[in-house]
Amino acid sequence: MKRSRDESLEQFPVAAGSGLPERRRFLRRGLILAGATSAADTLAQNPGDLPWLHVPGQPFSTYGQPSPYERYTARRISSNRAVAGNGVSFTPLEELEGTVTPNGLHFERHHNGVPQIDPERHRLTVHGRVRQPLSFDMKSLLRYPMRSQMLFIECGGNSNAGWHAEPIQRPVGSVHGLVSCAEWTGVPLSILLDEAGVDDSASWVIAEGADAGAMNMSIPLAKMRDDCMVALYQNGERLRPENGYPMRLIVPGWEGVLHVKWLQRLELADQPVMSRNETSKYTELQPSGKARQFTFTMDCKSLITSPSHGQALSRSGVHQVSGLAWSGHGRIARVEVSVDGGMTWADAVLQSPAQPRCFTRFRMPWRWDGRPALLKSRATDEAGHVQPERVALLAERGRAGYFHYNAIVAWAVDDDGLVSHSY
Amino acid sequence: MTDWYRTATERVLALVLLALLPACTAPATPTTDRPQLGVAADPDLLGRQLLNVFPDGRGLPPGRGTVADGARLFAQHCAGCHGRDGRGGSADELTGATRPLTSVDADKTIGSYWPYATTLFDFIRRTKPMNAPGTLEADEVYALCAWLLHANGIVQADAVIDAHTLPAIRMPNRDGFIRIE
Repeated sequence: MKRSRDESLEQFPVAAGSGLPERRRFLRRGLILAGATSAADTLAQNPGDLPWLHVPGQPFSTYGQPSPYERYTARRISSNRAVAGNGVSFTPLEELEGTVTPNGLHFERHHNGVPQIDPERHRLTVHGRVRQPLSFDMKSLLRYPMRSQMLFIECGGNSNAGWHAEPIQRPVGSVHGLVSCAEWTGVPLSILLDEAGVDDSASWVIAEGADAGAMNMSIPLAKMRDDCMVALYQNGERLRPENGYPMRLIVPGWEGVLHVKWLQRLELADQPVMSRNETSKYTELQPSGKARQFTFTMDCKSLITSPSHGQALSRSGVHQVSGLAWSGHGRIARVEVSVDGGMTWADAVLQSPAQPRCFTRFRMPWRWDGRPALLKSRATDEAGHVQPERVALLAERGRAGYFHYNAIVAWAVDDDGLVSHSY
Repeated sequence: MTDWYRTATERVLALVLLALLPACTAPATPTTDRPQLGVAADPDLLGRQLLNVFPDGRGLPPGRGTVADGARLFAQHCAGCHGRDGRGGSADELTGATRPLTSVDADKTIGSYWPYATTLFDFIRRTKPMNAPGTLEADEVYALCAWLLHANGIVQADAVIDAHTLPAIRMPNRDGFIRIE
């Protein structure tokens, strides 16, 4: 690991050489933490006298919460003014490190609110082209063999502001935060399909949720048999309601809308149902006027989370570039970083282990000389897919596709150290 | 070890043991370690719950609806968000496409974009109205399909939509999709 970093530095004259200064926070927090004032006042009066050294702390709690000083590490909600439960909330990628998205910060996309489902009354029914339609209750499913997997889920519409003519000026999470990564634990779907006895004529499965609108999506049977699961646990605890409690479908590496939440029915069929969300939405209009449909796999992608839009480099010197890469095709094999807008690239260090269809954290030290810079990251997955430059993606797909935007993200650093979104 | 079967009796015993061996050591079939706790679904109950409507009309219930009834129902349940004529509201534009699908800001309405008319029934029955999804009668859903198709210039004002006429409609953008899967 260390060697690869050193090699990357040799290829990358702009980056820092050896002898990195002590680790410290270079990035100013964008927000002043309200509520920190009393402790701060005390510190100002007598820096050596910290009040929490002299007063008993808070009692135990049944379910721990983040520090009140982290209250701004929160999802950003963008919902329909007329229907509050219709919209999205974004994961604040710029506030997080590592690869696990805490359950309370996992992104959301709801069509008509979050149902509060009583698990005792919930059933998963497998029907259609099967030998015997079967229903499973929660208590039964908890007795089935399970598997755990670290997997990203990304909305097909994530990063769609990238199709706009001008770069949107918002924090990275508020543009690209319809992606999250968690450990999902559940029952492999093949076990339930085998038990119901799938008919040879079946080739698609229509999954349906138990929300107010019974959202339905069609998924090829081969994928369902291969690696899909009915997830009951998210990062070790039972699913959160906004992530499908008591059970959701997990479709590794494929677009988020297929990971049907509040899963209540799976219909085996010989064709897709052609639901509204797989026809009039989640299809990508091309310059020819034809639309790509069933574009399931989320392509190879990366972005730098720090430094990123809205942050500021307080001074020249060594900074730590940190970001996330993922691919629905498998493992991330390589992430390169450029600070000169893509003229030269150097390999970032990948946090190991790089797991398939999972966030991979990359890091790279960078010595900022105080002059304007243009930061980019470029991911390559194990199948050889390389994240495209924006101009290349637009040349292929036009600008009306809306979904599946995976182009390289560029952050401009000006001579005051302010970071903004750039093309 | 090489002469353990040296007597006739032992040879017979060995053969018996060998004959039994497969039964004792056969690998478990893939399902024997599975709980098998699925309960047979009640066909009547299941039949009443199913909502999927396929392009060939499978899943459509009995019933029928007219454009006139649909106009009344649209004004009552839908116009608040979608606009009086199915456009100009806070929700998706349903009618009145002017910008072609080849433009960057294409209008993706029912008439210009949706490939199957059956999708209307599937989607309206399960999701509308948004404050009380799943409460419309089959006749009401058929009527809303009729009005929306008429407002998009796809059926005449006197059209009656039912389980036979809806799947028979060929939508203008039926061939507008490239399947990637």
